[in-house]
Amino acid sequence: MSSAPTIPPLTGSITVDAPLERAFLTFTDAFGSWWPAEYHIGQADMATAILEPRAGGRWYEQGSDGSECDWGRVLAWEPPHRLVVTWQINGQWQYDPDPEHASEIEVRFTADGPDQTTVNLEHRHLERLVDGQALRDGITGGGGWTSLLELFAKAATNQA
Amino acid sequence: MDTNGAAGLGLLGDPTRRAIFELLARRPSTVGELAQQLPITRSAVSQHLRVLKDGGLVVSQAQGTRRIYRLNPDGVTALRAYLDRVWEEALTAFAKAAQAASLDPEQEDQ
Repeated sequence: MSSAPTIPPLTGSITVDAPLERAFLTFTDAFGSWWPAEYHIGQADMATAILEPRAGGRWYEQGSDGSECDWGRVLAWEPPHRLVVTWQINGQWQYDPDPEHASEIEVRFTADGPDQTTVNLEHRHLERLVDGQALRDGITGGGGWTSLLELFAKAATNQA
Repeated sequence: MDTNGAAGLGLLGDPTRRAIFELLARRPSTVGELAQQLPITRSAVSQHLRVLKDGGLVVSQAQGTRRIYRLNPDGVTALRAYLDRVWEEALTAFAKAAQAASLDPEQEDQ
């Protein structure tokens, strides 16, 4: 099998009472101020998380002991409208440095008015986080994947 | 997020099940180990684990006399359900921060 089946992306959107630039800055510069601290992968408690403001920048957490754990990389930096980062945390909750295993998160910021912004988020290529061989074995062996993918297809119809 | 999706969010809507799921995300555990970290009985933990197993988020494996529970190693269902939850919470937290920042005049100059 030449390519793994795709898993429907996760999508989310939220409208905030904040100007476009403020919304973008909060999401990026102030990332560590709002990201829920329980969602982290380091051994130490998370002190903060940092999203470097440039294409090619790092996206990583800093532990309370000063240690650092990468989460991904900044792929597109287009303030104040668009941001694409990779998410390279796999099912074992570890960073996977292989770019072929990188899922992507695209965040778009749209001004609804001078003081209101809608933020649309898509987390895609989730299949890259899964071990490719396990995926192929599951498919060719007629394992549970077929039904799983049917579930995902149903979930995806809400997002069309 | 796609709260109507079949892939797990309903299963994780229950706070205790979510707590079990997140403990298993950190390390595979037995029923007893989970019960020690939660304010519920072993039998209640077992019931929640059964629901998570039926939903495809968790699998179990016998190791000697112990049965170890872990997130589904195929990853996809569990991972997707977990990330769905992460983004829902993260976006809510982000909205609060963005609104607070735009109300705070000192932040306007930064």
